[in-house]
Amino acid sequence: MARPINEINAGSMADIAFLLLIFFLVTTTMDIDTGITRKLPPPPPEEMPDIKVKERNIFKVLVNSRDRLMVEGKGGHISLLKEQAKAFLSNPNLLDSNSPEDMPEKRQVDIPLFGGDVWVTKGIISLKNDRGTSYDMYIQVQNELAAAVSELRDELSMNKFGMKFSKLSDDEKIKAVQKAIPMAISEAEPEDIGGH
Amino acid sequence: MAKFRKKGGKKTPGISTASLPDIIFMLLFFFMVTTTMREATVLVRISAPEATQVQKLEKKSLVSFIYIGPPLNTKLGTDSRIQLNDMFADVKDIREFVQLERESKDEADRPFLTTSLKVDKETRMGIVTDVKQELRQVGAFKINYSTKKKAIIQK
Repeated sequence: MARPINEINAGSMADIAFLLLIFFLVTTTMDIDTGITRKLPPPPPEEMPDIKVKERNIFKVLVNSRDRLMVEGKGGHISLLKEQAKAFLSNPNLLDSNSPEDMPEKRQVDIPLFGGDVWVTKGIISLKNDRGTSYDMYIQVQNELAAAVSELRDELSMNKFGMKFSKLSDDEKIKAVQKAIPMAISEAEPEDIGGH
Repeated sequence: MAKFRKKGGKKTPGISTASLPDIIFMLLFFFMVTTTMREATVLVRISAPEATQVQKLEKKSLVSFIYIGPPLNTKLGTDSRIQLNDMFADVKDIREFVQLERESKDEADRPFLTTSLKVDKETRMGIVTDVKQELRQVGAFKINYSTKKKAIIQK
């Protein structure tokens, strides 16, 4: 006598699927990793040609093992660093004949989008840290310097295109602003700078 | 006329839930595809420093992580150690680690490989500098200092 085969109850299928879903929700990470992106320079060649950079074109930032700053040979503070870096990179009174000696030179660079030649700073920020510097301080300094560059870019971008640099979507415009205000942060070869 | 008369009363039929599992499965597959599994178990304590100028780390499949921080197991001391994959490692192990990472990726993607440094904020720069020098030697130039985003305080 053939009995009719009972159908399997699929009512709990949803519960099983829910269980799986919750498992995946718990085990996966949703947080987006954020960070400061930097590009390391390639290792120096055996015979390092001495690249001469004028003293006035370098903005020296030193961090010692006690997390104290030395900016341009004077004691500095992290809260002032951004403004100092901005003043150095922009050097507004360049064409003034009384321009201070220690401010960086500029050179003319042709950027068609800005209608011809633009004065671009030759300034380089040189960052040196001790082996004993804390990572937190190092990141703070990197952050302030990056903030200085990005604020200058924002200002220029506001001026020329009416929107912030980060909001620009046109590749040409982004390239133009980047060319006008280069991100020139150089990290020295590691060495002990004292302060133990 | 009797042909079309409805049987029984005017009860509204219950909504069929037979397709509910399918809907849930769809959700499930969506999550399975879009999310990444937790990577290596972290053996070191990392509290990332905060910064305002952060960028999102894109293309997570092309990122390899290096963890540096004091070991969670306090028996191992409080000095910062390097962790690669699931083990503690030395600075000289980084070369092999990067090369393995590079080989496991598609050739076309190799130039876009990024190394993310997840470093505890109490760590001294010495060990970080060593790691960076090693990365330079191997040719892994794109790095990312992992930081938390700090809310910008309006002045």
